[in-house]
Amino acid sequence: MINRLVFENLKHRKLRTGLSALSIGFQVTMILAVVGLSRGMLQDSINRAKGAGADIWVKPPGASAISLSGASMPQKALGFFTKFPGVARAAGTVIQPIGGISTITGVDYEQFSALSGSFKFVEGGPFQGPNDLIIDEWYAEQKKKKVGDTEKILNNDWRICGIVQPGKLSRLFVPMARLQEITNSQDKISQVLLKVEDPKRTTAVIDALKKVPELEGYSIYSIEEFVSMFSFNNVPGLKAFIYVIIGLSIIVGFLVVGLTMYTTVLERTREIGILKALGASPGDVMGILVRETALLAIAGWLSGIVLSFGANWAINRFVHANLQSEITPDWWPLVLGIALVASLLGAIYPGLRAARQDAIEALAYE
Amino acid sequence: MADPIIRINDLKKIYHVGDIDVQALRGVSLTVQRGEFISVVGPSGSGKSTLFHILGGLASPSAGSITIDGENLAEMTDSGRTHLRRTKVGFVFQKYNLLPTLTAMGNIEMARYFGGKSGELDNGFVELLKLLGIHHRLHHKPRALSGGEQQRVAIARALVNHPAILLADEPTGNLDTENSNRVLSVLRDLNERIGQTILMITHNPEAASFGHRTVHMRDGRIVKES
Repeated sequence: MINRLVFENLKHRKLRTGLSALSIGFQVTMILAVVGLSRGMLQDSINRAKGAGADIWVKPPGASAISLSGASMPQKALGFFTKFPGVARAAGTVIQPIGGISTITGVDYEQFSALSGSFKFVEGGPFQGPNDLIIDEWYAEQKKKKVGDTEKILNNDWRICGIVQPGKLSRLFVPMARLQEITNSQDKISQVLLKVEDPKRTTAVIDALKKVPELEGYSIYSIEEFVSMFSFNNVPGLKAFIYVIIGLSIIVGFLVVGLTMYTTVLERTREIGILKALGASPGDVMGILVRETALLAIAGWLSGIVLSFGANWAINRFVHANLQSEITPDWWPLVLGIALVASLLGAIYPGLRAARQDAIEALAYE
Repeated sequence: MADPIIRINDLKKIYHVGDIDVQALRGVSLTVQRGEFISVVGPSGSGKSTLFHILGGLASPSAGSITIDGENLAEMTDSGRTHLRRTKVGFVFQKYNLLPTLTAMGNIEMARYFGGKSGELDNGFVELLKLLGIHHRLHHKPRALSGGEQQRVAIARALVNHPAILLADEPTGNLDTENSNRVLSVLRDLNERIGQTILMITHNPEAASFGHRTVHMRDGRIVKES
């Protein structure tokens, strides 16, 4: 019976119920979108790292595995790696941040193709000149670019010579020498990718490399180790950022539900008096508000999940080259908990006020 | 003579309004026999409503003794008074006070729920619904019912748990003459058919005449019984 009253109360004030649920829904979406984005982008990075085709990644001292650092490793080291026992091929790349979290990658086309396998062109072909740019399909779609168009990056006009399928290391490739020239890092590279002769001996090759005195301080990862570093814990500030978003969501939920329930209690003062005259205890009155709040939170949670699908679609449809998003069902129970906690915290004061409401005053309320 | 259902002796109620004490009841004594229909009349501020609030367990007395159906209200805790409202007392208000989000039946079921009852309505109550003339209107919400119908639903709700006493606070105050007479006739019928004990506050002498006797109050005291 109480459940019917709770349901009818929410149904009776459809607009307020809808708006309150939607407000909670937006917090849920905010959390799910941030987590979905983080995970989507990390997964995209993993896919692209795997797509490079390297068995071993070598990073210079001080370079974080997933940071967007420039070139600081001598290019001549490439010759050393090429001749190292067990190594079949080596390729150096230059990675240069170009704003936000986007990067452009400089490669020696022949060297990189030999290690990674040929690019799969959907339009155009390899570099023809020093200012040529290869982009992937996502970038082309988002920026509405086609072969022959010009793209200004790092204050340089690049001619798009080819559009390739996504998933190979980077979205933007340019000739390494030109990128080194533009960024004043001649003879420097950001990392070396190695392909071993026998993948079963990858660990042995890594162990051997780690014993080379000249490589002291260098980070040397197998591809498995390398992609395992693309996690929430390894991206600087990401975990803290997600916690901040969750904290903000709890505060917003608390305020929205607090305000909604406070006005509900004021508006329903007389009804609270009636319930008490019928024999409702303070606990019964509190229980009614708690159930209404819980239902609001659940409705908000469901709407938030639906909205998160919309956000996910919009991100992947319109800004796929810069941002990638995933649906994260494993977070749904957690965000339900967050929505419930925030909402119930917001309902405490209005609930106590209703529970303590004097029945006689309430019945006289106009 | 059987034990009275209500026994009030030297009942006092003082409200504290800021620094001022307001004596709402100044020593009320009253005995009501089971099955009586009492009308309580008096000007505004005479203490009628305060007496009803104490009888209904909505307020506690400041001094004196008051028992309903053998239970001493003066010694009751808040939860004791909640239990009293659930089982011993039924309220009918001037403004009907139906829960607007529930149907007429929902209002009745809500009172049953708090009274600890569930399942099918007993035959006696179904007959009562017919007597009240609302059995065909039970699935309507209050806004779809006339004032007279709402008040008759309120009476049904007040009686669904078979309370020891029915407290009606100006039950015809918001009704036209036709509906007032119908409600008053219903109350008298209930009293006569099922022996329901009724206390009714009214300003209307004609309405008061429906009771067996009339208690006149003024300045927090009973000044006359007729």
